[in-house]
Amino acid sequence: MVDMKGTQLIHEYLRHNKKFPHVFCAGCGHGIVLGSLIRAIHGLGLKKDEVCVVAGIGCSGRLAAYVDFNTVHTTHGRALTFATGIKMAKPGMHVIVVMGDGDSMAIGGNHLIHAARRNIGVTALILNNNIYGMTGGQCSPTTPSGSFSMTTPLGQMEQSFDCVELCTAAKANYVARGTVFHVKKLDKMIMEGISNPGFGVVEILTPCHTQYGRKNKYKTPVDMYKMLKKDVIDIERYNKLSEADKAAKTPAGVFVQKDESGLEEKFYEMAARCQGGV
Amino acid sequence: MSVKRKGNSTVTIFPDWCKGCGICAAFCPAKVMELNDQGKAVVLREEECINCGFCELHCPDFAIMVRPKVNDEIPAVCRAVLEKAARKPKTAASDGAAEKAGSGKQKG
Ligand SMILES: Cc1ncc(C[n+]2csc(CCOP(=O)(O)OP(=O)(O)O)c2C)c(N)n1
Ligand code: SF4
Ligand code: SF4
Ligand code: SF4
Ligand SMILES: [Mg+2]
Repeated sequence: MVDMKGTQLIHEYLRHNKKFPHVFCAGCGHGIVLGSLIRAIHGLGLKKDEVCVVAGIGCSGRLAAYVDFNTVHTTHGRALTFATGIKMAKPGMHVIVVMGDGDSMAIGGNHLIHAARRNIGVTALILNNNIYGMTGGQCSPTTPSGSFSMTTPLGQMEQSFDCVELCTAAKANYVARGTVFHVKKLDKMIMEGISNPGFGVVEILTPCHTQYGRKNKYKTPVDMYKMLKKDVIDIERYNKLSEADKAAKTPAGVFVQKDESGLEEKFYEMAARCQGGV
Repeated sequence: MSVKRKGNSTVTIFPDWCKGCGICAAFCPAKVMELNDQGKAVVLREEECINCGFCELHCPDFAIMVRPKVNDEIPAVCRAVLEKAARKPKTAASDGAAEKAGSGKQKG
Protein backbone atom coordinates (compact mmCIF):
# COMPACT_ATOMS: atom_id res chain seq x y z
CA MET A 1 0.00 0.00 0.00
CA VAL A 2 2.95 2.29 0.65
CA ASP A 3 3.55 3.51 -2.90
CA MET A 4 -0.07 3.46 -4.05
CA LYS A 5 -1.58 6.63 -5.42
CA GLY A 6 -4.80 8.07 -6.80
CA THR A 7 -7.85 5.88 -7.07
CA GLN A 8 -5.96 2.67 -6.22
CA LEU A 9 -5.05 4.16 -2.87
CA ILE A 10 -8.63 5.23 -2.14
CA HIS A 11 -9.98 1.79 -2.98
CA GLU A 12 -7.54 0.30 -0.43
CA TYR A 13 -9.26 2.29 2.32
CA LEU A 14 -12.90 1.75 1.29
CA ARG A 15 -15.18 -0.78 2.92
CA HIS A 16 -15.92 -2.84 -0.15
CA ASN A 17 -18.69 -4.72 1.67
CA LYS A 18 -20.79 -1.50 1.58
CA LYS A 19 -23.00 -0.71 -1.39
CA PHE A 20 -21.22 1.14 -4.18
CA PRO A 21 -21.62 3.46 -5.93
CA HIS A 22 -22.11 5.36 -2.68
CA VAL A 23 -25.37 7.07 -1.78
CA PHE A 24 -24.35 10.61 -2.76
CA CYS A 25 -25.93 12.18 -5.87
CA ALA A 26 -23.98 12.49 -9.12
CA GLY A 27 -21.42 15.26 -8.73
CA CYS A 28 -21.89 15.67 -4.97
CA GLY A 29 -18.67 17.03 -3.50
CA HIS A 30 -18.90 14.87 -0.39
CA GLY A 31 -17.23 11.98 -2.25
CA ILE A 32 -14.27 14.20 -3.13
CA VAL A 33 -13.89 15.07 0.56
CA LEU A 34 -13.76 11.37 1.38
CA GLY A 35 -10.93 10.92 -1.13
CA SER A 36 -9.09 13.89 0.32
CA LEU A 37 -9.45 12.60 3.88
CA ILE A 38 -8.06 9.22 2.84
CA ARG A 39 -5.06 10.79 1.10
CA ALA A 40 -4.41 13.04 4.10
CA ILE A 41 -4.40 10.14 6.56
CA HIS A 42 -2.27 8.03 4.25
CA GLY A 43 0.07 10.99 3.75
CA LEU A 44 0.54 11.35 7.50
CA GLY A 45 1.40 7.66 7.70
CA LEU A 46 -1.32 6.92 10.27
CA LYS A 47 -2.57 3.38 10.75
CA LYS A 48 -6.27 2.78 10.14
CA ASP A 49 -6.72 1.87 13.81
CA GLU A 50 -5.21 5.15 15.01
CA VAL A 51 -7.98 7.11 13.34
CA CYS A 52 -11.57 7.57 14.46
CA VAL A 53 -14.05 9.30 12.18
CA VAL A 54 -17.05 10.66 14.05
CA ALA A 55 -19.89 11.77 11.82
CA GLY A 56 -23.12 13.64 12.45
CA ILE A 57 -26.34 13.16 10.53
CA GLY A 58 -26.81 14.53 7.05
CA CYS A 59 -25.59 13.45 3.64
CA SER A 60 -22.14 14.48 4.87
CA GLY A 61 -22.44 12.15 7.86
CA ARG A 62 -22.84 9.15 5.58
CA LEU A 63 -19.26 9.51 4.51
CA ALA A 64 -18.09 7.65 7.62
CA ALA A 65 -19.84 4.43 6.60
CA TYR A 66 -17.64 3.95 3.56
CA VAL A 67 -14.18 4.16 5.02
CA ASP A 68 -12.25 1.53 6.93
CA PHE A 69 -11.19 3.47 10.04
CA ASN A 70 -12.83 3.35 13.45
CA THR A 71 -16.11 5.10 12.62
CA VAL A 72 -19.05 6.35 14.66
CA HIS A 73 -22.22 7.63 13.05
CA THR A 74 -23.74 9.75 15.82
CA THR A 75 -26.77 12.05 16.02
CA HIS A 76 -27.57 15.29 14.24
CA GLY A 77 -25.60 18.20 15.71
CA ARG A 78 -23.90 16.20 18.44
CA ALA A 79 -20.91 14.64 16.70
CA LEU A 80 -18.51 16.96 18.53
CA THR A 81 -19.76 15.80 21.92
CA PHE A 82 -19.10 12.15 21.06
CA ALA A 83 -15.73 13.14 19.63
CA THR A 84 -14.84 15.06 22.80
CA GLY A 85 -15.53 11.96 24.88
CA ILE A 86 -13.47 9.74 22.60
CA LYS A 87 -10.52 12.13 22.62
CA MET A 88 -10.56 12.55 26.40
CA ALA A 89 -10.65 8.77 26.91
CA LYS A 90 -8.16 7.95 24.16
CA PRO A 91 -5.90 10.95 23.71
CA GLY A 92 -3.65 9.06 21.30
CA MET A 93 -6.48 8.56 18.81
CA HIS A 94 -6.72 10.94 15.85
CA VAL A 95 -10.35 11.98 16.03
CA ILE A 96 -11.83 13.49 12.90
CA VAL A 97 -15.35 14.89 12.95
CA VAL A 98 -17.38 15.08 9.76
CA MET A 99 -20.35 17.45 9.83
CA GLY A 100 -22.57 19.35 7.45
CA ASP A 101 -23.23 23.09 7.64
CA GLY A 102 -26.60 22.47 9.25
CA ASP A 103 -25.17 19.82 11.53
CA SER A 104 -22.31 22.00 12.75
CA MET A 105 -23.68 25.54 12.72
CA ALA A 106 -27.44 25.22 13.24
CA ILE A 107 -28.40 22.47 15.69
CA GLY A 108 -24.76 21.89 16.65
CA GLY A 109 -23.67 25.53 16.70
CA ASN A 110 -23.22 25.66 20.44
CA HIS A 111 -21.08 22.53 20.46
CA LEU A 112 -18.94 24.01 17.71
CA ILE A 113 -18.11 27.25 19.50
CA HIS A 114 -17.49 25.51 22.79
CA ALA A 115 -15.34 22.77 21.25
CA ALA A 116 -13.27 25.62 19.80
CA ARG A 117 -13.18 27.53 23.10
CA ARG A 118 -12.15 24.42 25.03
CA ASN A 119 -9.60 23.59 22.38
CA ILE A 120 -10.30 19.87 22.43
CA GLY A 121 -7.81 18.10 20.17
CA VAL A 122 -10.10 16.93 17.40
CA THR A 123 -10.26 17.96 13.75
CA ALA A 124 -13.63 19.11 12.44
CA LEU A 125 -14.32 18.87 8.74
CA ILE A 126 -17.32 21.05 7.98
CA LEU A 127 -18.79 20.10 4.61
CA ASN A 128 -20.48 23.36 3.74
CA ASN A 129 -22.90 23.03 0.84
CA ASN A 130 -25.05 25.98 1.99
CA ILE A 131 -28.11 23.78 2.46
CA TYR A 132 -29.74 20.93 4.36
CA GLY A 133 -29.06 18.37 1.66
CA MET A 134 -30.46 15.22 3.20
CA THR A 135 -33.83 16.49 4.34
CA GLY A 136 -34.88 18.10 1.10
CA GLY A 137 -33.14 21.44 0.75
CA GLN A 138 -34.19 23.66 3.64
CA CYS A 139 -32.03 26.75 4.14
CA SER A 140 -29.13 26.46 6.56
CA PRO A 141 -27.14 29.05 8.54
CA THR A 142 -24.80 29.36 5.56
CA THR A 143 -27.39 29.76 2.81
CA PRO A 144 -26.30 33.09 1.30
CA SER A 145 -28.63 36.10 1.57
CA GLY A 146 -30.84 36.35 -1.47
CA SER A 147 -30.38 32.77 -2.62
CA PHE A 148 -33.15 30.25 -3.05
CA SER A 149 -33.97 27.09 -1.19
CA MET A 150 -37.05 25.04 -0.44
CA THR A 151 -37.80 27.18 2.62
CA THR A 152 -36.72 30.48 1.06
CA PRO A 153 -38.53 30.26 -2.30
CA LEU A 154 -38.42 34.03 -2.72
CA GLY A 155 -34.86 34.44 -1.51
CA GLN A 156 -33.12 34.17 1.85
CA MET A 157 -33.76 37.27 3.98
CA GLU A 158 -31.37 36.37 6.78
CA GLN A 159 -27.62 36.87 6.91
CA SER A 160 -25.37 33.82 6.73
CA PHE A 161 -22.62 32.70 9.08
CA ASP A 162 -19.03 32.85 7.95
CA CYS A 163 -17.70 29.58 9.36
CA VAL A 164 -14.09 30.78 9.41
CA GLU A 165 -14.92 34.00 11.27
CA LEU A 166 -17.14 32.11 13.70
CA CYS A 167 -14.48 29.53 14.58
CA THR A 168 -11.74 32.16 14.72
CA ALA A 169 -13.78 34.26 17.16
CA ALA A 170 -14.43 31.12 19.23
CA LYS A 171 -10.62 30.69 19.49
CA ALA A 172 -10.03 27.50 17.48
CA ASN A 173 -6.34 26.61 17.21
CA TYR A 174 -6.41 25.91 13.47
CA VAL A 175 -8.90 27.39 11.02
CA ALA A 176 -8.79 26.86 7.27
CA ARG A 177 -11.13 27.01 4.32
CA GLY A 178 -10.73 24.83 1.25
CA THR A 179 -12.88 23.56 -1.59
CA VAL A 180 -13.42 20.26 -3.35
CA PHE A 181 -12.15 21.85 -6.56
CA HIS A 182 -8.79 22.93 -5.06
CA VAL A 183 -8.29 19.44 -3.78
CA LYS A 184 -4.50 19.22 -3.41
CA LYS A 185 -4.63 22.24 -1.11
CA LEU A 186 -7.50 20.58 0.72
CA ASP A 187 -5.41 17.42 1.29
CA LYS A 188 -2.74 19.64 2.87
CA MET A 189 -5.22 21.50 5.08
CA ILE A 190 -6.67 18.24 6.40
CA MET A 191 -3.16 16.97 7.13
CA GLU A 192 -2.30 20.18 8.98
CA GLY A 193 -5.60 20.17 10.83
CA ILE A 194 -4.90 16.63 12.05
CA SER A 195 -1.28 17.22 13.05
CA ASN A 196 -1.86 20.62 14.70
CA PRO A 197 -2.61 20.33 18.45
CA GLY A 198 -5.95 21.44 19.87
CA PHE A 199 -9.16 22.09 17.96
CA GLY A 200 -8.84 22.32 14.19
CA VAL A 201 -11.53 23.28 11.70
CA VAL A 202 -11.41 22.88 7.96
CA GLU A 203 -14.43 24.40 6.27
CA ILE A 204 -14.85 22.67 2.92
CA LEU A 205 -16.95 24.32 0.23
CA THR A 206 -18.69 21.48 -1.58
CA PRO A 207 -21.49 21.56 -4.15
CA CYS A 208 -24.97 20.17 -3.59
CA HIS A 209 -26.53 20.52 -7.00
CA THR A 210 -29.59 18.46 -6.13
CA GLN A 211 -30.87 20.68 -3.34
CA TYR A 212 -29.06 23.99 -3.79
CA GLY A 213 -27.56 24.38 -7.26
CA ARG A 214 -30.71 23.56 -9.19
CA LYS A 215 -32.70 26.22 -7.34
CA ASN A 216 -30.04 28.81 -7.94
CA LYS A 217 -28.18 29.64 -11.13
CA TYR A 218 -26.39 26.34 -11.72
CA LYS A 219 -27.69 24.16 -14.54
CA THR A 220 -25.40 21.20 -13.81
CA PRO A 221 -23.07 20.01 -11.04
CA VAL A 222 -20.17 20.94 -13.33
CA ASP A 223 -21.30 24.61 -13.24
CA MET A 224 -20.88 24.58 -9.49
CA TYR A 225 -17.29 23.34 -9.78
CA LYS A 226 -16.64 26.08 -12.35
CA MET A 227 -17.94 28.59 -9.81
CA LEU A 228 -15.56 27.28 -7.13
CA LYS A 229 -12.69 27.49 -9.61
CA LYS A 230 -13.52 31.09 -10.50
CA ASP A 231 -14.79 32.61 -7.26
CA VAL A 232 -12.67 31.05 -4.53
CA ILE A 233 -9.16 32.50 -4.33
CA ASP A 234 -6.21 32.32 -1.94
CA ILE A 235 -6.45 34.64 1.03
CA GLU A 236 -3.23 36.46 0.00
CA ARG A 237 -4.73 37.35 -3.38
CA TYR A 238 -8.06 38.20 -1.79
CA ASN A 239 -6.48 40.67 0.63
CA LYS A 240 -5.01 42.64 -2.25
CA LEU A 241 -8.41 43.20 -3.90
CA SER A 242 -10.46 46.39 -3.61
CA GLU A 243 -13.48 46.19 -1.33
CA ALA A 244 -15.76 46.13 -4.38
CA ASP A 245 -13.90 43.20 -5.97
CA LYS A 246 -13.85 41.28 -2.69
CA ALA A 247 -17.65 41.06 -2.71
CA ALA A 248 -17.62 38.59 -5.62
CA LYS A 249 -14.89 36.33 -4.20
CA THR A 250 -14.46 33.97 -1.28
CA PRO A 251 -11.06 33.71 0.39
CA ALA A 252 -9.55 30.27 1.03
CA GLY A 253 -6.42 29.17 2.84
CA VAL A 254 -5.20 28.91 6.42
CA PHE A 255 -6.61 31.70 8.59
CA VAL A 256 -5.42 30.66 12.06
CA GLN A 257 -2.61 28.37 13.16
CA LYS A 258 -1.65 28.33 16.84
CA ASP A 259 0.06 25.59 18.82
CA GLU A 260 -1.76 25.92 22.15
CA SER A 261 -2.02 22.47 23.84
CA GLY A 262 -5.34 20.69 23.49
CA LEU A 263 -7.71 20.21 26.42
CA GLU A 264 -6.88 16.49 26.65
CA GLU A 265 -3.15 17.25 26.91
CA LYS A 266 -3.78 19.73 29.73
CA PHE A 267 -6.06 17.25 31.45
CA TYR A 268 -3.52 14.40 31.41
CA GLU A 269 -0.80 16.77 32.57
CA MET A 270 -2.95 17.83 35.49
CA ALA A 271 -3.85 14.21 36.26
CA ALA A 272 -0.15 13.31 36.35
CA ARG A 273 0.53 16.31 38.60
CA CYS A 274 -2.21 15.27 41.01
CA GLN A 275 -1.07 11.66 41.11
CA GLY A 276 2.57 12.62 41.54
CA GLY A 277 1.63 14.99 44.34
CA VAL A 278 3.54 17.93 42.84
CA MET B 1 2.49 7.35 -11.91
CA SER B 2 5.08 10.02 -12.28
CA VAL B 3 5.27 9.82 -16.08
CA LYS B 4 3.74 13.08 -17.29
CA ARG B 5 4.32 12.56 -21.00
CA LYS B 6 1.47 12.05 -23.41
CA GLY B 7 0.54 8.50 -24.39
CA ASN B 8 2.10 6.78 -21.40
CA SER B 9 -1.03 6.15 -19.35
CA THR B 10 -3.97 3.81 -19.28
CA VAL B 11 -7.28 5.38 -18.23
CA THR B 12 -9.91 2.97 -16.87
CA ILE B 13 -13.46 3.91 -15.91
CA PHE B 14 -15.52 1.62 -13.66
CA PRO B 15 -18.93 1.86 -15.35
CA ASP B 16 -20.80 0.51 -12.32
CA TRP B 17 -19.43 3.24 -10.10
CA CYS B 18 -19.61 6.18 -12.53
CA LYS B 19 -22.71 8.34 -12.04
CA GLY B 20 -22.10 10.48 -15.08
CA CYS B 21 -21.62 13.78 -13.25
CA GLY B 22 -19.40 14.97 -16.09
CA ILE B 23 -16.66 16.51 -13.92
CA CYS B 24 -13.92 14.47 -15.57
CA ALA B 25 -15.10 15.25 -19.10
CA ALA B 26 -15.53 18.97 -18.35
CA PHE B 27 -12.11 19.56 -16.80
CA CYS B 28 -9.74 17.00 -18.37
CA PRO B 29 -7.13 19.20 -20.07
CA ALA B 30 -6.62 16.61 -22.81
CA LYS B 31 -10.34 15.89 -23.42
CA VAL B 32 -9.71 12.17 -22.89
CA MET B 33 -13.27 11.25 -21.91
CA GLU B 34 -16.85 12.10 -22.82
CA LEU B 35 -20.24 11.09 -21.50
CA ASN B 36 -21.94 8.46 -23.66
CA ASP B 37 -25.67 8.23 -24.42
CA GLN B 38 -26.14 6.22 -21.22
CA GLY B 39 -24.73 9.14 -19.27
CA LYS B 40 -21.55 7.29 -18.34
CA ALA B 41 -18.03 8.53 -18.84
CA VAL B 42 -16.12 6.68 -21.55
CA VAL B 43 -12.49 6.96 -22.57
CA LEU B 44 -12.20 8.07 -26.19
CA ARG B 45 -8.70 9.50 -26.49
CA GLU B 46 -6.50 7.63 -24.04
CA GLU B 47 -3.38 8.46 -26.04
CA GLU B 48 -3.86 12.15 -25.23
CA CYS B 49 -3.76 11.64 -21.44
CA ILE B 50 -0.90 13.55 -19.83
CA ASN B 51 -1.47 11.95 -16.42
CA CYS B 52 -2.18 15.30 -14.78
CA GLY B 53 -4.12 13.56 -12.01
CA PHE B 54 -7.16 15.85 -12.16
CA CYS B 55 -9.76 13.17 -12.86
CA GLU B 56 -8.55 10.80 -10.16
CA LEU B 57 -8.52 13.61 -7.59
CA HIS B 58 -11.96 14.93 -8.53
CA CYS B 59 -14.11 11.95 -9.46
CA PRO B 60 -16.54 11.93 -6.49
CA ASP B 61 -17.20 8.24 -7.10
CA PHE B 62 -13.62 6.91 -7.33
CA ALA B 63 -14.59 5.52 -10.72
CA ILE B 64 -11.50 6.48 -12.75
CA MET B 65 -8.06 4.96 -12.54
CA VAL B 66 -5.02 6.29 -14.38
CA ARG B 67 -1.95 4.08 -14.45
CA PRO B 68 1.34 4.04 -16.31
CA LYS B 69 1.31 1.67 -19.29
CA VAL B 70 4.34 -0.12 -17.97
CA ASN B 71 3.49 -2.13 -14.86
CA ASP B 72 -0.02 -2.40 -16.16
CA GLU B 73 -1.38 -4.81 -13.60
CA ILE B 74 -4.67 -3.74 -12.04
CA PRO B 75 -4.59 -3.95 -8.24
CA ALA B 76 -6.78 -6.64 -6.69
CA VAL B 77 -9.39 -4.36 -5.05
CA CYS B 78 -9.95 -2.44 -8.29
CA ARG B 79 -9.98 -5.64 -10.37
CA ALA B 80 -12.81 -6.95 -8.18
CA VAL B 81 -14.88 -3.85 -9.02
CA LEU B 82 -14.30 -4.31 -12.74
CA GLU B 83 -15.02 -8.03 -12.67
CA LYS B 84 -18.28 -7.44 -10.85
CA ALA B 85 -19.26 -4.91 -13.51
CA ALA B 86 -18.45 -7.37 -16.28
CA ARG B 87 -20.56 -10.14 -14.72
CA LYS B 88 -23.83 -8.19 -14.77
CA PRO B 89 -24.44 -6.59 -18.15
CA LYS B 90 -26.80 -3.85 -16.90
CA THR B 91 -25.87 -0.29 -17.81
CA ALA B 92 -27.74 2.59 -16.23
CA ALA B 93 -29.19 0.55 -13.36
CA SER B 94 -27.00 2.01 -10.66
CA ASP B 95 -28.11 5.57 -11.47
CA GLY B 96 -31.19 5.16 -9.32
CA ALA B 97 -29.03 5.04 -6.24
CA ALA B 98 -27.60 8.39 -7.16
CA GLU B 99 -30.74 10.34 -6.44
CA LYS B 100 -31.60 8.52 -3.26
CA ALA B 101 -29.63 10.63 -0.82
CA GLY B 102 -31.25 13.83 -1.98
CA SER B 103 -34.72 12.47 -2.47
CA GLY B 104 -36.08 14.55 0.35
CA LYS B 105 -36.63 11.52 2.51
CA GLN B 106 -34.84 11.87 5.75
CA LYS B 107 -32.62 9.00 6.70
CA GLY B 108 -31.28 10.59 9.89
C1 LIG C 1 -32.25 15.96 16.26
C2 LIG C 1 -32.53 15.93 14.79
N1 LIG C 1 -33.11 17.01 14.21
C3 LIG C 1 -33.33 17.03 12.89
C4 LIG C 1 -32.99 15.97 12.12
C5 LIG C 1 -33.27 15.99 10.63
N2 LIG C 1 -32.10 16.22 9.84
C6 LIG C 1 -31.37 15.21 9.33
S1 LIG C 1 -30.09 15.73 8.39
C7 LIG C 1 -30.53 17.36 8.62
C8 LIG C 1 -29.78 18.49 7.98
C9 LIG C 1 -28.72 18.09 7.04
O1 LIG C 1 -28.03 19.21 6.59
P1 LIG C 1 -26.46 19.35 6.76
O2 LIG C 1 -26.07 19.14 8.16
O3 LIG C 1 -26.04 20.64 6.13
O4 LIG C 1 -25.89 18.10 5.95
P2 LIG C 1 -25.95 17.79 4.36
O5 LIG C 1 -27.06 16.80 4.19
O6 LIG C 1 -26.19 19.06 3.65
O7 LIG C 1 -24.62 17.20 4.07
C10 LIG C 1 -31.65 17.46 9.43
C11 LIG C 1 -32.29 18.73 9.82
C12 LIG C 1 -32.40 14.85 12.74
N3 LIG C 1 -32.00 13.78 12.05
N4 LIG C 1 -32.17 14.86 14.07
S1 SF4 D 1 -16.08 12.21 -12.64
FE1 SF4 D 1 -16.37 10.04 -12.11
S2 SF4 D 1 -18.57 9.79 -11.76
FE2 SF4 D 1 -18.28 11.76 -12.80
S3 SF4 D 1 -18.55 11.25 -14.98
FE3 SF4 D 1 -16.36 11.11 -14.56
S4 SF4 D 1 -16.01 8.94 -14.04
FE4 SF4 D 1 -18.20 9.30 -13.91
S1 SF4 E 1 -5.08 12.23 -15.83
FE1 SF4 E 1 -5.51 14.31 -16.60
S2 SF4 E 1 -5.16 14.14 -18.80
FE2 SF4 E 1 -5.36 12.04 -18.04
S3 SF4 E 1 -7.52 11.56 -18.30
FE3 SF4 E 1 -7.27 12.33 -16.22
S4 SF4 E 1 -7.73 14.53 -16.36
FE4 SF4 E 1 -7.35 13.78 -18.45
S1 SF4 F 1 -28.64 15.95 -1.65
FE1 SF4 F 1 -26.88 17.28 -1.96
S2 SF4 F 1 -25.51 16.83 -0.25
FE2 SF4 F 1 -27.00 15.14 -0.38
S3 SF4 F 1 -25.98 13.59 -1.66
FE3 SF4 F 1 -27.24 14.86 -3.00
S4 SF4 F 1 -25.82 16.45 -3.76
FE4 SF4 F 1 -24.88 15.53 -1.95
MG1 LIG G 1 -25.42 20.92 4.19
